[in-house]
This record gives sequence, C-alpha cells and structure tokens, in this order.
Amino acid sequence: MIGSSPETLPAARSLRAGSSVSVHRNRARRRTQRWVERGVRIALFAASTVAVLVTIGILGSLILETLRFFGLVPPSEFFFGLRWSPQIALRADQVGSSGAFGAVPLFTGTLLITAISLLVAGPIGLLAAIYTAFYASRRMRAVTKPTLELLAGVPTVVYGFFAALVVAPVIRSVGESLGLDVASESALAAGLVMGVMIIPIISSLSDDAITTIPKALRDASYALGATHSETIRQAILPAAMPGLVAAFLLAISRAIGETMIVVMAAGLAANLTPNPLEAVTTVTVQIVTLLTGDQEFDSAKTLAAFALGLTLFVVTLGLNVIALHVSRTAKLRYG
Amino acid sequence: MAEPQSHWQSEGFKKRLRRRNAQERRFRRLGIAAVLLAGAALAMLLVSVLSNGWRAAFRTEIALDVDFDPETLGIESPSMDGPTEIPASADFGAVLRNSLLQTIPGVEGRAAVRELVALLSRGASADLAARLRAEPALLGRRERLWVPASDEVDLLVNARRSDPASTPSTRLSEQQIGWTDALAAQARVARRFNSHFFTGGDSREPELAGIGGALVGTLLTLLVTLAVSFPLGVAAAVYLEEFAPDNRWTRQLEVNINNLAAVPSIVFGLLGLAVFLGLFGMPRSAPLVGGLTLALMTLPVIIIASRAAIAAVAFGIRESARGLGASPVQVVLHHVLPIAMPGIVTGTLLGIARAMGETAPLLMIGMVAFIVDVPKGFTDAATALPVQIYLWADSPERGFVDNVSGAILILLALLGLLNGAAILLRQRFEQRS
Repeated sequence: MIGSSPETLPAARSLRAGSSVSVHRNRARRRTQRWVERGVRIALFAASTVAVLVTIGILGSLILETLRFFGLVPPSEFFFGLRWSPQIALRADQVGSSGAFGAVPLFTGTLLITAISLLVAGPIGLLAAIYTAFYASRRMRAVTKPTLELLAGVPTVVYGFFAALVVAPVIRSVGESLGLDVASESALAAGLVMGVMIIPIISSLSDDAITTIPKALRDASYALGATHSETIRQAILPAAMPGLVAAFLLAISRAIGETMIVVMAAGLAANLTPNPLEAVTTVTVQIVTLLTGDQEFDSAKTLAAFALGLTLFVVTLGLNVIALHVSRTAKLRYG
Repeated sequence: MAEPQSHWQSEGFKKRLRRRNAQERRFRRLGIAAVLLAGAALAMLLVSVLSNGWRAAFRTEIALDVDFDPETLGIESPSMDGPTEIPASADFGAVLRNSLLQTIPGVEGRAAVRELVALLSRGASADLAARLRAEPALLGRRERLWVPASDEVDLLVNARRSDPASTPSTRLSEQQIGWTDALAAQARVARRFNSHFFTGGDSREPELAGIGGALVGTLLTLLVTLAVSFPLGVAAAVYLEEFAPDNRWTRQLEVNINNLAAVPSIVFGLLGLAVFLGLFGMPRSAPLVGGLTLALMTLPVIIIASRAAIAAVAFGIRESARGLGASPVQVVLHHVLPIAMPGIVTGTLLGIARAMGETAPLLMIGMVAFIVDVPKGFTDAATALPVQIYLWADSPERGFVDNVSGAILILLALLGLLNGAAILLRQRFEQRS
C-alpha cells in the first residue's frame, strides 16, 4: 500500500535513510502492487463477461434442443400447425400416438390474453401517469406512487392465486347470471389480472416519457390559450409518442413472458378461439406443463418446450430491442 | 345600432369555452378514475388474500381424555427405569378410538366407528406418538389432550362460528356433524394456535401442512443467489463504470445486460434445466440449482443498480485519491465502493426481493416436488415459499385455501421487510450525500 509506505515519513529522515535497503523494499512492494492491480482488473473484466456467457448459455441451450426438436417435428408443422396435443404414446398402436405439435393455438391464446391485459392496463396506466404528472397535488402523489409501486412488488404467484380463486369464480357467476357460457378457466380472468399486474409498468414508463418532454413545449401551449387537457392531448402526448410506444412494447413483452398467472388461471386445452370467455392456453403454460412431472429428456414432448422457449425468447428480445430503439430516437429529438 | 360585441364575449365563444372547460373536467375525472381503479385493484387483491391469512395460524382441535394404556398400545412391560422404547408398531389409533368412543357413547358397528375416527386428523396418532416420546412418563396415565381435527371438521367449525345455524357443504355425514356438535357442546372443540404451520413440512392433509420446509428452502436458495450474484454483479459494475474502455465490446456488453434484464424469468428456468441439470448433472429440486438460476436472473438487476450507485460518486473523490498516490484499483476499493455501498446494497435488496417472489424458474428445475422433510442442506430436495403457494393453490383440497392465504401473508411480510430495509437505506443515503 503506497499510502502507508515510508515515503510519507518526514523528508529529512527518508533522505538520510535513502539506503539501498528501503529502495529495494519499495521496488518489491511496487511490483506486487502491480500484480495485484492487474489481477483485480482481470477479475473485474471476467465478472463482466458473465452476462454475455449467460446470454450465450440461453441461446446455445435453446437452439440446440430446438434443432433436435425440429429433427422430430418439421418447423412448418410447429409454426403453422393448428392442432396441439403433445401426449406421449404409451403404446405404438395407440390412437393419436404421434401427438400434434402445431403451436398456432398457443400463439393465439397468448395474444388473446395479452390483448385483454393491455386493454385493462393501457388506459388505466397511461391515465394514471398523466394524472400524477400533471394534476395530482403533492399529497395525492404521495399516495398514488407507492400504490403503483406496491402493485409492481406483488409476486406473480399471488396474482395467480387472485385470478384463479377470486376473479375467475366472480366472472363465471356474473356470466352465468347473464346467460353466458363461461369456462372456469377463462381467458378473461387471466387477462384481467395480468392487466392489473402490467399497470405499474405502463404507468411508470409513460411517466418517464411524459416528464422528459421539455417544459417549454407545455408553456408554449398554455400561452396559446390551451387548457390542461388540450395541452396534454395535442402537445405532450404526440411529443412523447415514441416513449409511450416503447412503454407499451415493454408491457407486451412482459405480458407474453408472464408465467404464473396463466399457469394458475388459464387452461391447458389448446383452443383456437377469439372468445375471451373460453379457456385458452399460452406458450408459457405449455412450457411448464411439458417440463413438470415425469419426463424423459429426449422425447419430442420435452424438446417442444425448448422450441417454445426459444420462440418466446426471440419475440420478447425483439420487442425489447425495438422498444429501446424507439425510445432512443425520442431522446435524440428532445435530449 | 349597438356596438358589436368583442370576439370573446360572443355567444359562440362562450359556448365553445364552456365545452372546452367541460372537456377539461371530464379528462381530469378520467385520470382520477384510473388512479382509483388501480388503487381498488390493489385493495381487492390484498383484502382477498389477507382476510383469510391469519386463519392458517389456527386449526380446529378436539380435546380427548387419552388413556395411554400400554396394553392397547401394544407396548410390552413398561420398564420402570430408563427411557421406554416406543415401537413404531404402537397402536395409537386404537387409543384414540377408545377415547372417542368413551366421549361419544353409543356408537356401534365398524362403519360408524370408522366415521367417528374420521373426525380426527390422519396425523392425530403421529401427534400422540410424538407427545409420548417427548414425555415417556405419560405411559399408563390418562390425560386430557388436544388433538388435531380433520380439515372437514375445521371447515364446519369455521362456518358455524360466523353463523351457528349454517351447514356448509362438507364431506361430513349427518351423523358426523351431530357428533361434532356433541363434542362442541362439551366444550371439547376449539380453534387453537397451530405452531406446526410455521415449522412443519408439506403434507397431503391441510391441517398438518406447514411452511417451515418452504421457508428453509427459500432461505437456502436466496443464500446461494446472494453469494453468487452480489460479488459478480458488483465486480461487473465496477469494471463497466471504472475500467472499461469506450469501445464496441463495452457497448455490446451494456446492451446485453439491459436485454438480459428483460428476458422472461421462465427462460432462465429453461437455462437452469439445460445447463445446471442437463450439462453439469446437478441434483434436481436442490436449493443450490434454484439459487444459481435465480442468481443469473438477478445479476443484471444488481449490475444496473450498482452502476448507478458508482456513477453517482462525486468525481472529486477519485481525483483526490489519485492525487494522493492511490492506484486505480485502490481508488475504487478504498474510496468509491464504500461511498457507493448503500446504493449497491439497496439495489441488491430489491433484486433479492424479486428473486424471493419468483416461481416459474424454480418450477423448471423441479423444485415443485412434494417434499415432507425440512431441507437440511444446499443439495437436499426442497421447495420455496412461492412454489409452495402455487402447489397449495393448485390442490383440489379446499382446506388448503387458508394455508395459501397464510403462506402469502408470510411471503408478503418478508417482501415488505426487504423492501422496507431498502427504502430506509436509500433515505439514509440521500440524507448523507
């Protein structure tokens, strides 16, 4: 350590004692110091590469298993097939022994639930963000912000419990009193609760997008005689549009990748339907179903889960990259 | 001829202004409605979960005069000196049956007796055995003891407490309901504190299931997560903030970390399954694997938070230290990191809190198994608190609803503790700087 080396002693003494011994000792110390310095730097660099290794690990394992899956089931069937029933055959001559791996019903199911959740979270999240940013008093803001943060902090398994045991029965009984046929694991229940989960994501990201718009824009609009709401709708929101688009894209990505709510509240049956009162299944639900319980590692059933995982990874990554790109162009405009 | 009105006093203008002001009020109300809706959703969620949560801490028990008769138990010649051996074959079921028959006289026939015994939990005899082992002096004595009732009796007693005349749809027969009422009339039925819920492992019977095993599993898992992700995350953040050259590789690294933070958690589960279980052959269902998987998921969170904390350290600190002769590594280790530490710890706490509530990756690596024993090490089969919630919520047995609520209550309390600690730290940090 240089700070405690003899150099800090009074100058006279160090001059007098400028013998070869202390010079030698200093040199040795400095050499070890250099080694330590280099070692620490290498260790720090190595730590930073772990993130890349994780990405490579994800891509590598997913792609490898997916390729093996496509050796058993052609990609065209997986991406465009309309029937999904991945049972393994117990006997070779069993009916339906081949299993069907057409993932389109899973994609549409995922999209249906995501769409419902966005219909809930989009307006609520955006309006809540606008209200807190422009209208709310300081005291009001002290309530709304923590509320939204609390919503973000609730574990998804708790949302799943809420959807399956509280919301779904209510929707079912309301539907029955209206004379509608509602599945006990309807897409609506899962979508509604997922919407509640997404609200804080949309509201906090929209809040960021709105508040980064320069105040001059707002003031100019007020000076022209516009009301608050006119300013927001005609000046702020168009200017903040890239940020808002990014917020919605990230929310969609979150909704697509969400697992526990749909595992607990959505169904297992792969129905190809746009009806939110019927049960649909999603990509994540099928990954969980295929991989929990007894499994052999080489069957098409388990490999299919990795193909679904790769699809999920590519789609969410794509959405994030687009969102990042969109919001960066926004920053260039006003940053 | 009257003087022409000013433009802003014309009828048309006033009408337009009224319309615009009304529009303004409507918009404002929409905003309030959105905030209220979000608040209502949170309130509904918390109330529905928490209103039943406390019930998990209690279970219905029945007081019986238990006769620890060595003959009925099948324990030969109780030795007067030294600890008495209680064989596994000891028939505690018979003891319970006898005391039930004494309490409720007039039950005849095998079927009726079986129904009577079904009032008690299937774990009641194990409970008695444990008590006798703890206190061997009970052998040969007659003692009034509280033994757990079955979950169906629990449902009935719960419903009767709020409305004495109600008869909930249980699997109990008319006769069994009558016996329960008879026992209650003798003040032999009560809801009593259930310490087993906090210490025990999982069970097929709701009244015997506890979250002790899941709590220990969560603790072990998070220890692994912390031990791996904290040092790696801080080191990576230090490298990126202090040492990384501004080149393409560094920029790629940054983009990579940001993207990793947005990868769905279930994909990390697939990674854990393929790499830790498939490639490295680590044991299934182990907290070690769960912890490693969650660590990879938490890593980007910690890196991003640590970078922000390190970047916030005033630049003068670095220059002063350099000026006094500190090496670049010394500047970071002795000066920058200690100042940034509160921010780093805050970010880490938030990351760990997120990992604590995570379920999906743990499902992938098999931490969903039905595990009765409390795990003792990092490689024992274990489950975690959120997974336990999922397992119970998925169970068809109705009695588990109380357990789920109780477990959620405890999970939320733990999360509140972690987040509260993070907020406190952040506040102290802000005061100082």
